[in-house]
Amino acid sequence: MDVLDVARWQFGITTVYHFLMVPLTIGLGLLVAVMHTMWVRTDKPEWLRMTRFWGRVYLINFVLGVATGLVQEFQFGLAWSEYSRFVGDVFGSLLALEALLAFFLESTFLGLWIFGWGRIPKKLHLAALWAAVIGSIVSAYFIIAANSWMQHPVGVVTDDATGRPVQVDFLAVLTNNTALAAFSHAVVAALMVAGALLVGIGLWHLRRRRLAGLSPDDVDHRVWRRSVRLGGFVSLAAFVLVSLTGDWQGKLMYAQQPLKMSSAEALCETEAPAPFSVFAWSKLGSNECDDVRSITIPGLVSFLAHGDFSSPVPGVNDLQERYAEVYGATYPDDPSRFGALAGEEVDYTPLLAVSYWSFRLMIGMGAVSAGVAAYALWATRGGRVPTSRLGVYGALAAVAAPFVANATGWVFTEMGRQPFVVYPNPDVPVEDQVWFFTAQAVSPGITAAEVWTSLTLLTLVYGALAAVELWLLTRFVRRGVTGGDGAPAPAAGTDDTHRDADDDVLSFAH
Amino acid sequence: MDLQTLWFAAVALLWTGFLLLEGFDFGVAALLPVLGRRTPDRHLMLRTIGPLWDGNEVWLITAVGAVFAAFPGWYATWLPALYLPFVLVLFGLIVRAVAFEWRHAHADPRWDAAWTRVVTGGSLVAAAGIGAALGATTLGLPIGADGTRVGGALSGLGWPALLGAVAVLAFSVVHGALFLALKTDGPLRVAARHVALRWAPVAALPVLAWAGLVHLRSGTPVTGALWLVAALAVLLTWARLRVGREGQAFAAWGTLLAAAAATLFGAAYPVVVPSTIDPAFGVTIADASVSDYTLTVMTWAAGIGLPVVLGYQAWTYWVFRQRLTAEPQHTGPQHTEAQA
Ligand code: HDD
Ligand code: HEM
Ligand code: HEM
Repeated sequence: MDVLDVARWQFGITTVYHFLMVPLTIGLGLLVAVMHTMWVRTDKPEWLRMTRFWGRVYLINFVLGVATGLVQEFQFGLAWSEYSRFVGDVFGSLLALEALLAFFLESTFLGLWIFGWGRIPKKLHLAALWAAVIGSIVSAYFIIAANSWMQHPVGVVTDDATGRPVQVDFLAVLTNNTALAAFSHAVVAALMVAGALLVGIGLWHLRRRRLAGLSPDDVDHRVWRRSVRLGGFVSLAAFVLVSLTGDWQGKLMYAQQPLKMSSAEALCETEAPAPFSVFAWSKLGSNECDDVRSITIPGLVSFLAHGDFSSPVPGVNDLQERYAEVYGATYPDDPSRFGALAGEEVDYTPLLAVSYWSFRLMIGMGAVSAGVAAYALWATRGGRVPTSRLGVYGALAAVAAPFVANATGWVFTEMGRQPFVVYPNPDVPVEDQVWFFTAQAVSPGITAAEVWTSLTLLTLVYGALAAVELWLLTRFVRRGVTGGDGAPAPAAGTDDTHRDADDDVLSFAH
Repeated sequence: MDLQTLWFAAVALLWTGFLLLEGFDFGVAALLPVLGRRTPDRHLMLRTIGPLWDGNEVWLITAVGAVFAAFPGWYATWLPALYLPFVLVLFGLIVRAVAFEWRHAHADPRWDAAWTRVVTGGSLVAAAGIGAALGATTLGLPIGADGTRVGGALSGLGWPALLGAVAVLAFSVVHGALFLALKTDGPLRVAARHVALRWAPVAALPVLAWAGLVHLRSGTPVTGALWLVAALAVLLTWARLRVGREGQAFAAWGTLLAAAAATLFGAAYPVVVPSTIDPAFGVTIADASVSDYTLTVMTWAAGIGLPVVLGYQAWTYWVFRQRLTAEPQHTGPQHTEAQA
């Protein structure tokens, strides 16, 4: 593999890994803030214990998000320096604003929340958590605005001397329709992750307590019950919102990146009405669209793209030709900028198998998660406690489903825009468009050995961190609400009086 | 002052803020094996930086972000030229971050001791790497005509990088000792003061040498005066420490860094990455900068955002201002102070 391929693997691995922590930080952060608010308002001990328990899970996860996020901040420059030069006028400012407006808020106020139990007034302490959570959401907004700009560049003109985009309308970049859709989709998808975690772990504890003959009148029972109910409702509601916002994204994508969607549907020829493919077989992997066979639902893709069941949707073969005409059938013959690909034919169709299956996995895993949430709500209706081994362990295993959905959603988004790293925006005339091929984005001065070294080092470290983190989390979660510190929960209505032991619980992240 | 110069100053300010803040948590971490041989002392040391290190680290993220945002040409030349050193910095920062957290996660003294060593190791690697990178960006990298590194993976690691690494490490160790003297009480306070008193004059030398070299290469009378301020700050640190004024000594040592950084960036201006191959290949702020429009947008955003950030960060430092002492068992200082 040459530098380009290794660098792509490195970016994919490190970013997907970072994005395992991110949705949990966003989703669980919101839910813990709700729990803490409920405690401050009602003084009920179960809300305090829920805040404590889920708060600690949130913090264990948060550190890894921070550690892996650091890599992100540097890697555009390290491995993608030509990309950084090209997009610099727009992209860097979004990253810097993310750090200034979001990361400071997040890290400072989270520190205050962790160390503030009993040291600062109760309401101020709650406000600190909300400030941190809002920081996470603001951070997601800026980074997604940056990503959406490369999917759909707006607010720029081309500089004639350098050929690079120059920003002329910052507000347009911030209100990019791609960004608004992707941001709302990603935030509700993050809530699905948190919901599934509450449901899975809550059900497991409920069942275990029941089998151990523990009293359902206990506070801890209410803790797990509330967790399951809250998680279940949040998951279901989030799934509805994920579908709505996803539909919005789909409609934008047909206009902005038609090849991404057509390849996700293995739709070879332009069709009216266009069918939705439920399951494809035959040679999807050959990347020759015509080899693919699939079971289809007539008209559904027309609906996804245009909101009716009859409009035409362009197929992969037509689009490939159209793109080759406009953006060139071959890469410019300039090895200093295009490396090994200089002069080669450009394949404007992303990997069919990846687009096709990542899209279906995203939706499918979301549906699994919603199904589990519905089961959990039904099985706990009216104070019931499920004892079904299959149901409870199924729900526990299904905690992974929304994580997979998130990762595959991004794989779809990012691999579906190949061969471009900055995708031409079809809303502007071709002569004003900016675009950039992935092949020219990589740093020219570095050697494959360097990227191999960092890829190996980071992958090993990330693997080891994942193992330790899972071990710690499992141990902590098994012990249950008070298992972590052995301290009795503070009595309702008092300020936290067991600070010594609890400090240890909450100082986990610092 | 034009916007490019303003942003050059902003970037310099962010790097200075980062070194001032993260400098003391690097230093405390580096001193763990020296001053933290007794478990309660070690825990006390870690508690002084517990609530602060993450917020301090965001200064690094913001500094790098600001380099990218204002001077993508700097970002895109500097990082790949020092690819492996930067990867090592990241490695150090990652293991250090998780070690801070995971230390508590399992009640076993050996587990705790092992992760504490990781805190120290990761901090040393990160501090040295960042120093190397800053040394190279003020004293020179082997940059060729096309803006990429000449030579192999390690060719960026010349003596400038080495000097920068030593300087940042040495500064941080004394900064950490002064911070401990200021933040703790009891035997640890005394021991930390001794370390600072003994090492401050020596530790200042690489910092002064680095700033002096850049000044001699391309300085102005103003940077010369700043260098003198830095040198005087060392004397002041030592003098105040001798009479037991830890707060003033800490401030004086901080002044050393601020004045030295001002000398460095002031003398380097307007070059952001000097080339050791041919000065003409160096990258200046004009080559590296984004458009005036983008700089204007960022100036507004930072002009409003930065004071707010400074305000709430200062406030949390105020909330956690108490001196900490090692106490047996769990009744930590947080406890007693909060009751008071
Ligand atoms: C729990 C996670 C989850 C679930 C259940 C879904 N998605 Fe999703 N999807 C994501 C998580 C996600 C994501 C990881 O957050 C992505 C990646 C980029 C983005 O903005 O969101 C994404 C991207 C993404 C895109 C690509 C946007 C682009 O490339 O520009 C589309 C078209 C959809 N989604 C559509 C849907 C539809 C119609 C769903 C129907 C139920 C759906 N998603 C469920
Ligand atoms: C939000 C900010 C993001 C930005 C700015 C961004 C940008 C990039 C860039 C520059 C590359 C390398 C060039 C390329 O291969 O096209 C890349 C590749 C990739 N990214 Fe993203 N990305 C972002 C988010 C994500 C997330 C959250 C994920 C997954 C969870 C992801 C998954 C990938 C994958 C799998 C690749 C490799 C694709 C390939 O080479 O075919 N990205 N991205
Ligand atoms: C590829 C581009 C990305 C970059 C450069 C990046 C950068 C970073 C950095 C530097 C941190 C550490 C912050 C701290 O110290 O507090 C971080 C954490 C975080 N990032 Fe990313 N990130 C990227 C992708 C994403 C995406 C796509 C999202 C959101 C949708 C996101 C959301 C977050 C959040 C919420 C945190 C908080 C900590 C945590 O998640 O545990 N990041 N990121």
